[in-house]
Amino acid sequence: MNFDFSDDQKQLRDQARKFLAEKCSPKAVRVVLDGKAPYDKELWKGLAEMGFLGVAIPEEFGGAGAGHLELCVISEEMGRANAPVPFSSTVYLAAEALLIAGSDAQKKKWLPAIASGDAIGTLALFEGKGNPSPKNVKLTAANGVLNGVKKPVADGAIADFAVVAARNGSSGRDSDISLFLVDLKAGGIEVKSLTNLDPTRGQAEITFKDAKAEPLGAAGDGWSILTQVLDRAAVLCAFEQVGGSDRALEMGRDYALDRIAFGRQIGSFQAVKHMLADMYVSATLARSNSYYGAWALSTNAAELPEAAAAARISATQAFQHCAKNNIQVHGGMGFTWEFDCHMYYRRANAMALGLGSLSYWEDQLIDRMRKKNAA
Amino acid sequence: MNFDDTPQEAEFRATARTWIGANAPKQYEEELRKSSLGRTVLKNADILEVAKAWQKKKADAGWACLHWPKEYGGRGSSPIERVIWQQEEGPFGQLSRMFIIGHGMCGPTMMAFAREEHKRTYLPPLASGEKVWCQLFSEPAGGSDVAGLRTRAEKDGDDWVINGQKIWTSGAHYSDYGILLTRTDPTVPKHKGLTMFFLDMKSPGVEVRPIKQASGASDFNEVYFTNVRIPDHQRLGEVGDGWNVSLTTLMNERSAIGAAVSTGFPELFEYCSSLMLDDGPAIEDRAVRSKLANWAVKASGLKYTSMRAISALSKGERPGPENSIGKLVAGSMIQDVATYGLDLQGASGVVSGPEDAELAGRFQAMLLRAPGTRVEGGTDEIMRNIIAERVLGLPGDIRVDKDVPFNKIPTKGRG
Ligand SMILES: Cc1cc2nc3c(=O)[nH]c(=O)nc-3n(C[C@H](O)[C@H](O)[C@H](O)COP(=O)(O)OP(=O)(O)OC[C@H]3O[C@@H](n4cnc5c(N)ncnc54)[C@H](O)[C@@H]3O)c2cc1C
Repeated sequence: MNFDFSDDQKQLRDQARKFLAEKCSPKAVRVVLDGKAPYDKELWKGLAEMGFLGVAIPEEFGGAGAGHLELCVISEEMGRANAPVPFSSTVYLAAEALLIAGSDAQKKKWLPAIASGDAIGTLALFEGKGNPSPKNVKLTAANGVLNGVKKPVADGAIADFAVVAARNGSSGRDSDISLFLVDLKAGGIEVKSLTNLDPTRGQAEITFKDAKAEPLGAAGDGWSILTQVLDRAAVLCAFEQVGGSDRALEMGRDYALDRIAFGRQIGSFQAVKHMLADMYVSATLARSNSYYGAWALSTNAAELPEAAAAARISATQAFQHCAKNNIQVHGGMGFTWEFDCHMYYRRANAMALGLGSLSYWEDQLIDRMRKKNAA
Repeated sequence: MNFDDTPQEAEFRATARTWIGANAPKQYEEELRKSSLGRTVLKNADILEVAKAWQKKKADAGWACLHWPKEYGGRGSSPIERVIWQQEEGPFGQLSRMFIIGHGMCGPTMMAFAREEHKRTYLPPLASGEKVWCQLFSEPAGGSDVAGLRTRAEKDGDDWVINGQKIWTSGAHYSDYGILLTRTDPTVPKHKGLTMFFLDMKSPGVEVRPIKQASGASDFNEVYFTNVRIPDHQRLGEVGDGWNVSLTTLMNERSAIGAAVSTGFPELFEYCSSLMLDDGPAIEDRAVRSKLANWAVKASGLKYTSMRAISALSKGERPGPENSIGKLVAGSMIQDVATYGLDLQGASGVVSGPEDAELAGRFQAMLLRAPGTRVEGGTDEIMRNIIAERVLGLPGDIRVDKDVPFNKIPTKGRG
């Protein structure tokens, strides 16, 4: 047994952390936060040059072919830096869907473009209120075109292509759902940006009017592919959340050491110490659950569905917990736009919803544990 | 990152499994499995006798205290082999709870501070369960504030003479030896005047009085010392260095207890899987599922945190203060899980007898034992202090007694 990242993987983490510290300072994040750019283009290019966008994409498709453990390591750093780039939608969702279900031609077309930073991808799944469920997919596919509205679509306003979940049957079964690849720059697409909790990662509404689409994977396989994509993304997002949790904890700790009240460092008050200790506890539990998810993801283990749900829940809770208490430790300063605390608070709460909310994943976890126990 | 056994680990596992299969006291397996929480009791046998017999059998075949050196009665195993053993030992591992203080705390302290001849004399019978040890630290005046203890040790020739009182001493009523923290100099600040010893619990002047606990059981005791003589060669560490020595014990205590605390989650999940509520199966109820999911990720988080710690250990890293999280999280979790298990039982949850209660009264037993878990081996608050100060580097609490001679520190809060 060896339940840790390897030395090479840790080296990669250091490299990513150093790179992001330089290229993705809070000041850089604020350019996007303040609405002066839809995402950090230069950072995106830099990430591509470092090989980070294609780290888990096989070499034959233009990637580094390193693997998913390496991607986990990078994801953690993306979360720690609160990077304002469409990393999760492109790399965890679009690229993974292509890897799982894409034809050779589709992979050849999009994966190298993702790895080089030339294409931004996303997953168009949600249609208003509700969590991932075949029932909630109303957008229709017929005769090679899509009709309907997707919202919210993460990074939808800047994406070049989308993996779209559509209905092409009325049997009432999961097999009514199929996936399609859509070039968002082609005709029949209308995109509207939506105001959202976390402006460092945009959300959009996309209207499809007889939009041309090519099938991704076999007809009727859509839901089973999506489930796999969401599970894999849950682990990768968990690492971003762990990175964010750690950063929020660190910010709180540093402030508690600097700020003086009643003639003492506020970090010497037990109420504050204990709040920070509890942040450490939730971040640690989340990290450990995520490591297990990383193992399951990288080995494609049968445990992946359960491990992914556990990592998702644990990391979502930890990031929300650390982000909100980081503000509390900072007092009034924490509630200013000027301090960075709210960037993590926004990101934590936006990420808590992106792949489906906590209650959805709680249901998934219990269903999966039951299935395992029954087996 | 992998969970596979290496070829050596696989071989170790196979050997352990075969040996356990052939030697474990199988007649108690079912009972041990069922009483995995709250309290381990055997209906028709003395648990201490059963535990001692199993430990002795293990020791004779080289399976006792796996990570201890061979010359002290151990096996010299790697931390991972220790985990493999625990996995294979299964419910029989519960029998070693009787020895957790001796094996987890007293043994390591002896190894670090006793003379070589004492280690060779006292450690093998401790490892084999023939002799049981207890830890005599806490006093009415010094629990969280261990260094506030008042039991005196005074030098008299080659001996030390002990007078005072300990409290909450687990297992003292069946212990053969104990490690004892005393005050040898009350005129210096409290941390500087302490000295550690080990002693024979049958020494004249030692009196053990069991205390009835809130749970109804009597696992801990008061221990009174009246002119008890301990030879100087049984001193552990230097005179006045007892605080340092006790830190070794306390560090080990955190990992030993932390690793042993159960969360109650597997039991609750199993219970909910078959329980019918008024409007359907519990496991299909939204509120139940949400609770279960929240505890599931805590339980798995703890499990994988300890696996990470073991991986670090096996690479030669030392166990650190981060081990405090196990007991901190599991302690309140088991209390909450038990409360919820009873809530699900409705009004009948109040019945607690093993014969009449649901699930043989396991949640009731857990509920009544849980408050102790949150106190023993350092309270939740002390655990949080440790994490805040030693892991996160926050300032220590303000100590008003820091530079004050011990005998000048006030002893009562209100007049
Ligand atoms: C089941 C059980 C078994 C035990 N076994 C043993 C044993 O074998 N050997 C042994 O030596 N001892 C043993 N103990 C004693 C145990 O270590 C002490 O009870 C424990 O350390 C707490 O000390 P106390 O009881 O004096 O509580 P106190 O220290 O009086 O604590 C009372 C309250 O004050 C809080 N408090 C105290 N100091 C601080 C602080 N600095 N900051 C914040 N809050 C604080 C505590 O958290 C607690 O809530 C056992 C206890 C139990 C319950």
